[in-house]
Amino acid sequence: MEFFRISRDIPFMRHALVFNVISLLTFIAAIVFLSVKGLNLGVDFRGGTVIEVNYGHAVDFGRLRTALDKLGLGTEASAQSFGASDTALIRLPLQQGVSSAQLSDRVMKALKADDPAATQRRVEFVGPQVGKELYQNGALALLLVSFGIVIYLALRFEWRFAVAAIVANLHDVVIILGFFAFFHWEFSLPVLAAVLAVLGYSVNESVVIADRIRENFRKMRKATVTHVIDSAITSTLSRTIITHGCTLLMVLSIFFFGGESLHYFSLALAIGICFGIYSSALVMASLVMWLGVSREDLVRPDRNRGVAGDKILP
Amino acid sequence: MNRYPLWKYIVIAVALVVGMLYTLPNFFPEVPAVQISSSKSAVKIDNALLGTIEDTLKSANIAYRGAELDSVGIKVRFNDYDTQLRAKDLLQSKLGDNYIVALNLLSSSPHWLASIGALPMYLGLDLRGGVHFLLQVDMKAALDKAADRYTTDIRSLMREKKIIYSGVGREGSNVVLRFKDSTERSKARFEIEKAFPDLQVREQDAAGGDLRLVAGLSPPAQTRIQESAVQQNITILRNRVNELGVAEPIIQQAGTDRVVVQLPGVQDTARAKDILGRTATLEIRMVNEDPGALEAAIGGSVPFGSDLLTDRNGQPILVQKQVVLTGDRISDAQSGFDPQSGEPAVHVDLDPTGARIFKEVTRDNVGKRMAILLIEKGKSEVITAPVIREEIGGGRVQISGRMSSREANDIALLMRAGALAAPMEIIEERTVGPSLGKENITKGFDSVKYGFVVLAVFICAYYMLMGVISTIALVINLMLLIAILSMLQATLTLPGMAAIALTLGMAIDANVLINERIREELRWGSTPHAAIQAGYERAWGTILDSNVTTMIAGIALFAFGTGPVKGFAVVHVLGILTSMFSAVFISRGIVALIYGGRRKLERISIGQVWQPASKATVPAKS
Repeated sequence: MEFFRISRDIPFMRHALVFNVISLLTFIAAIVFLSVKGLNLGVDFRGGTVIEVNYGHAVDFGRLRTALDKLGLGTEASAQSFGASDTALIRLPLQQGVSSAQLSDRVMKALKADDPAATQRRVEFVGPQVGKELYQNGALALLLVSFGIVIYLALRFEWRFAVAAIVANLHDVVIILGFFAFFHWEFSLPVLAAVLAVLGYSVNESVVIADRIRENFRKMRKATVTHVIDSAITSTLSRTIITHGCTLLMVLSIFFFGGESLHYFSLALAIGICFGIYSSALVMASLVMWLGVSREDLVRPDRNRGVAGDKILP
Repeated sequence: MNRYPLWKYIVIAVALVVGMLYTLPNFFPEVPAVQISSSKSAVKIDNALLGTIEDTLKSANIAYRGAELDSVGIKVRFNDYDTQLRAKDLLQSKLGDNYIVALNLLSSSPHWLASIGALPMYLGLDLRGGVHFLLQVDMKAALDKAADRYTTDIRSLMREKKIIYSGVGREGSNVVLRFKDSTERSKARFEIEKAFPDLQVREQDAAGGDLRLVAGLSPPAQTRIQESAVQQNITILRNRVNELGVAEPIIQQAGTDRVVVQLPGVQDTARAKDILGRTATLEIRMVNEDPGALEAAIGGSVPFGSDLLTDRNGQPILVQKQVVLTGDRISDAQSGFDPQSGEPAVHVDLDPTGARIFKEVTRDNVGKRMAILLIEKGKSEVITAPVIREEIGGGRVQISGRMSSREANDIALLMRAGALAAPMEIIEERTVGPSLGKENITKGFDSVKYGFVVLAVFICAYYMLMGVISTIALVINLMLLIAILSMLQATLTLPGMAAIALTLGMAIDANVLINERIREELRWGSTPHAAIQAGYERAWGTILDSNVTTMIAGIALFAFGTGPVKGFAVVHVLGILTSMFSAVFISRGIVALIYGGRRKLERISIGQVWQPASKATVPAKS
C-alpha cells in the first residue's frame, strides 16, 4: 500500500504567494476574533469556582438555576450541561469575603435541598492571585519555548530557518487561539498545555522539512533554490501526512474517549496538528525562500568535514 | 549487512527485563487496606504493635490478607471494603488516639516486587479522588502577632525595671512607647535593646512634646518570624490532617508564603475542607467585669483596652484586649465529662510555660471570669467564659459550660490541632470525588487503548512486516514509559494519560520517517540492506532534531506548569526519550534479527514500493 504516488516534484513554491496570503488572512481573522471577542478564560486563569454536580438522572436546568438564583450569587453564575445529560457544571465568579469552601458548601447544600440526588463530583476554586500567576506563567512558558526553539534551530540550521519556523508555528498558535475566541470555547490550563505541545510538535515538522532542504542542497547541486524546496516538500509529503494522520488518530481517540475534561485539550491539539501540516510545509518553506536562503548558507559548515570538496566537481 | 553487535542486544534485553519488572506492579488490582501510623513522634510502631493488631483482628474474626510493617507504619490488607471499614473502626477504638488508622488502597502485587522498588504508578488526585488545597499564609498578620507579643513583654519589662512611661501600644507591626521624660526614655531604650536583640529601637519626637520610642522588628528577625510562621502552620495542618486519618497526605511549603495540602483518596471531602479550612486561632483573655462597662460598650463606647464580643448564644460579652495565653501553649486537649456535674467538658493540658502563666493568672483572678476565644478570619467568638473558682496549677484545665458533647469534641479537636501562627486563606482548591477519579482512569485508559489499536492496524497494513516491527517498538515504548513512570513514582494525571496517547501518536513519527526513508532508498534503486542502513542513518538526524524541539516545549511546560499540566509535561518528556530509544535502537535490533542474517536479501516486507513511471526500467522491488 502506498498512498502518495507523486512522480514529479510538486511546484509548491510557485504558489507561495497564494499560500501566504491565505495564511495572512486566517492569521488576521484570528487576531480580529481574539481582540473583538477575546478568549473565554477558564477558572484556572480568571479565578472563580467550578462545581461539577451529578444527578443520576437528566438535569432539570430550570430548577437548578432557580435554586442557584436563590443564593444570590450574582448574574455571572451559570450552569450548563457537562458531557452527559445527568451532569451539570456550575460556574461561579469570585466572591468578595466568602471562602471557596463556604461557597461550594453553600451551593451544594442548596442543590441537595432542591434535589437530594445531587452529588458533588468535583470542585475547583482558583483565587484571583493564583489565576493571574497561572496566566503569567503560561505566557512566560510560551515565550520561553519560542526562544528555545529559535536558538536551537539557529544553531542546528541557520537563522533563516529559525525565524521562518517560529513565525510559521506561532501563526499556528494564534490560529488555535482564534478558534477558541471565535467559538467561545473555554481556555483552561490543559488547553494551554495542548497549545505548547502543538508548538513543539509543529516545529518538529518544520525540522523534518528543513533537514530535507539542507540535504537536497547538498545532493542537487544544479537545482535552483525553488526546486530544492519543492523537492524537499514533495519527498517528505508522504511522511508528513502519515505521521500527522497517526497523531491525529490518537488525538481523536482522546477526543472521543477521554471525556469532557479533555475535550478542549484534544480539540486544540487537533486544530494545531491540521494547521501544523500546512504551516510547516507551505508557510515555513516559502518564508525561508523569501528570506533568501542559499546553498552556501547551509552547505558551508560541511567544509570542515571535507564534504565541500566535491562541490567543485560537477 | 545489518548485523547488530552483541552488546546492543544485551542492552535491549536488559532494558526489556527491567521495563517488564517495573511495569508489572501496575497490573495487580488495588485492594482495600488499613494503614496504622503514629500520631506522635514518641509513639513507636513496632513488631509488638503488629502482633497486637493481628491478635485483635483474629479475636474479632475479621479475615485479612496479610499485615506488614514498613517505614511508614503498619499496613493490613483486606478482601473487601466492608471488612476494611469494620477493621478500621475496631482498630481505632482499640489503639486509641495515639495512632492514626486510615483507609487506603494498596497494590496487591507480590512482596518481592515491592522489595526491589517496583511499585505501581503514583496516581494524581484527578485519578484517585481527593482534595488539593493551596493556602496562603498572611505574613502581615504573623508580624502583627509578633508585635503584640512584644508589646506584652515590653510592658512587663518596664514594670520590672521600674521605668515610668505614659503608654505602650502596637502601631502596625511596631511597638510604640510614650514617655513624659527623656531620661526615662533613654533608660527604656537601653533595657529594651538589651532584652530584645531582635528589635530595632529608635527615638521619635511627635508634635505636642510627646516623646516616643518606636521598636520594630529587624529585617532578619522578620524573615525568621515569617519562616517559622509557615513552618508552624505546616505542623498544625499536619496535626489536623492526622485527625482526618488520611493515608498518604502531602503537606509542603510552596514558595515563601504558601502551603500545599493534598489529601488523596479522601471520601468525605466536605469534612476535610471543614477541618482544614478552620483557620482558627485560640486565645484566652480575661473578661472585663467593671460595673457598667458592658452596658456602656453596648451603648457604643467600648472602654479602652477591651473588645466587645458575643458568645455562642449571641450574648454580648466584654473582654480585655490583653491576651493571657494563646493556643500554641496547649499540648493536648480531650473531650470528656465534668466529674461533678456530668456535663460535657474539654480537658486541656498546657505546656510548662503555659501552666506557669495560667497558675499566676488564676491565682490573681479567683472569682473573676476568663474567656476562651476562637478567632476565625478576623472574627472572634467567645466559646465559653467560665468563672475561676480557685488557683489552677499543674497545667490541667477543665473547660465546661453549656456545650453539647459534639461541641466539646469539636473544641477539643481545634485546641489539639493548635493555633495557627498566622491566619491562612485557601487560594486554590481542587476537589475530585472518588467516583470521578475512577471514571477518569477508565477514560484515560480507553483513549490510549482504542487509539493504539487503530494506529497499530493501520501501520501494520501500510508497512507490512516493517509496520509490525514499528508496532512492537511502540508497545515496548509504552512499556518502558510506564516502567519509568513507576520507577520515578512520578504523578500520573488525566492529562498525563492523554500525554501517553499523544506520545504514542508522535513516537510513531520516528518509525514513519525511517520506513519512508527505506522505501525512498529502494525506489532509488538501493539494495535492501543498503536501504535499511541508509534509512535508519539518514532518519536518525531528523528524529533527533525534531525531538529536541518537542522536548524544549515539554521542559518549559514542566517548569511553569502546575498540577495536572505538570503531569502532562512529565509524561510527554519521558515519552520522547523512551520513543527515541525504542523507535530507533530497538526497532533496528529487531530488523537486524530478521534480515541481518540473510546474505542475499531480495526484498524487504515494507509494503508496496511504488515506482514512478520514468524509472520503470529499474527492477521492481516491492
